[in-house]
Amino acid sequence: MKKKHSIMRSIAAAPHVFWSILFIILPLIIVVYYAFTDSEGSFSFENILSLADYAPIFALSLELSVIATFICLIIGYPMAYIIAKAKPERQKLYIMLLMLPMWTNLLIRTYSIMAILDDGGFLNSLLNTSLHIVGTKGAVIFGMVYDFLPYMVLPIYTCVSKIDKNMWEAASDLGCKPVQVMTRVILPLSTSGIISGVTMVLVPSISTFYISQKLGGGTFELIGDTIERQFVTGALNTGAAISLVMMILILISLSVMNRFTDSDEGGIIV
Amino acid sequence: MAKLIELNGISKSFDGEKVLDSINFYIRDGEFVTLLGPSGCGKTTLLRIIGGFETADEGNLYFDGVEISDVPAHKRNINTVFQKYALFPHLNVYENIAFPLRLKKISEEDIQTRVRDMLGMVKLSGFENKSVSTLSGGQQQRVAIARALISHPKVLLLDEPLGALDLKLRKDMQNELKSIQQKIGITFVYVTHDQEEALSMSDTIAVMAEGEIQQIGTPTDIYNEPKNAFVADFIGESNIVDGIMLEDNRVKFSGHIFDCVDGGFGENEAVDVVVRPEDVDVVAPEAGMLTGKVTSVTFKGVHYEIIVDIRGFKWMIQSTDYVSPEATIGIYIEPDAIHIMKKSKYSGMFGDYSSFSDEMDRLSDADAAEEF
Repeated sequence: MKKKHSIMRSIAAAPHVFWSILFIILPLIIVVYYAFTDSEGSFSFENILSLADYAPIFALSLELSVIATFICLIIGYPMAYIIAKAKPERQKLYIMLLMLPMWTNLLIRTYSIMAILDDGGFLNSLLNTSLHIVGTKGAVIFGMVYDFLPYMVLPIYTCVSKIDKNMWEAASDLGCKPVQVMTRVILPLSTSGIISGVTMVLVPSISTFYISQKLGGGTFELIGDTIERQFVTGALNTGAAISLVMMILILISLSVMNRFTDSDEGGIIV
Repeated sequence: MAKLIELNGISKSFDGEKVLDSINFYIRDGEFVTLLGPSGCGKTTLLRIIGGFETADEGNLYFDGVEISDVPAHKRNINTVFQKYALFPHLNVYENIAFPLRLKKISEEDIQTRVRDMLGMVKLSGFENKSVSTLSGGQQQRVAIARALISHPKVLLLDEPLGALDLKLRKDMQNELKSIQQKIGITFVYVTHDQEEALSMSDTIAVMAEGEIQQIGTPTDIYNEPKNAFVADFIGESNIVDGIMLEDNRVKFSGHIFDCVDGGFGENEAVDVVVRPEDVDVVAPEAGMLTGKVTSVTFKGVHYEIIVDIRGFKWMIQSTDYVSPEATIGIYIEPDAIHIMKKSKYSGMFGDYSSFSDEMDRLSDADAAEEF
């Protein structure tokens, strides 16, 4: 009986296992293979060792994505909180409005921002100014915030809306001023949502390439651009090495962040 | 005992529906007061107004002689034990209880002694470092009580705190709550729909229905001298029949004239007559003041529950002697077992056992338990 059950289970799981092997495990093996071989296909540490040259680019990527994530958090938390505390029928509307831009392709949205912010763009002609925005760090950060904000808001919203409404009353009943209700009870209880949100914004912004290409105006390069360039120019081994190191760094930071969430809900993989 | 909390003409509506209708009520210092009523009677809303979680539309609320209608919850010297405990899941048992103290400038040693003492009182010593989510319902309940009491409030509000516990634990917690209240000597305001809980724990009971207080009194008063058919029916079992008050101490119902001990009604005034099932004696038909036919007999452990049809009205009688169904029996009622009430809007709505079934009773209890 038990055996039969487990056979059924394997049959049901087969397509998923097949999918995982074909599109997750196999590509990973290929990445690792390329990272540790040279262009002739023999084993080599060259690619990994050459990564030191890319440290400044990596530092810049980290700087911009951390700033963008922080801004997303500052804007996203109050937004998520307000949505979570709105009337149920209003909540649906707000969430839809939040998701609405995501129905448009990310690339197209980035192009539109470029068209708006460009030196001769919509904003400058509207204000009749000659602001130089595209090509600055600010523009890239703005692009990241604009593109990834919903990923910050949604997990925090889910987390805050799950908090028992008695928590607010209990906190104030026990003597918390309104600010203390937030700092001592509600914020700690939203940690898992915040960590999910931070991860979901930080990871795509650290490895983005089109935002920096379009809004960076070609003036600076982020790690995503570097990886893209390696593959476009055929330097598969270096590209694979950078990707592999990025992946490992992200895995490490995710597991560190997961340490802060002891509850298993709202957490992320690893 | 001095008046500690006074409610003056408190009214409250939600979405145009009146939940509380000009409540006048006071609570004395050190008293165990229970707000008792069926679900939707406004008892929880009244408690929330006292706690500061709702504001009354009309009326004034005084605490120790000072009006506190507009004082926010965190500034009131009143704490609440919530129905679902509302413990902070991100804090362990110790930190949950220490929470109110951490908001004040209190030294670490003081906090430690006070939390330890409190844990001892609620019998949870040794649970300091446990996560609250690993505790049983009863233990969470104790943490909630300890947390609410640690900052020495003058009043503790309890919103159906035992509703989620099983019967055995509920009985134990009733005794424990009562003894905690007597030990620390502060005022408890307790909300419940369970009349037995109310009778066994309270100094004073306020019976509520439809946003109004029906009767305030000691448990014995409420049980023995219910003011109207609603109270008589809600507290315990009652046979409520229409009667005519012929003169003081003489009442006629079911076609028989009875001696009773109540008076002060008009001559031939129509009244409601309450007779508790345990006060009815079963006798031989020829010796009975009234006679009727038994329609059902249920064994209840300590007694039999007998439903008797007397002139079309179904009486409930609790007797330790067995009678057989279909038998014709006589009943005898002592004068002091007859309680006379003035007619009210609840007359004729309660007290007839013709549609009575245990199952229905339990169903309505379950409904009440799910009020929130």
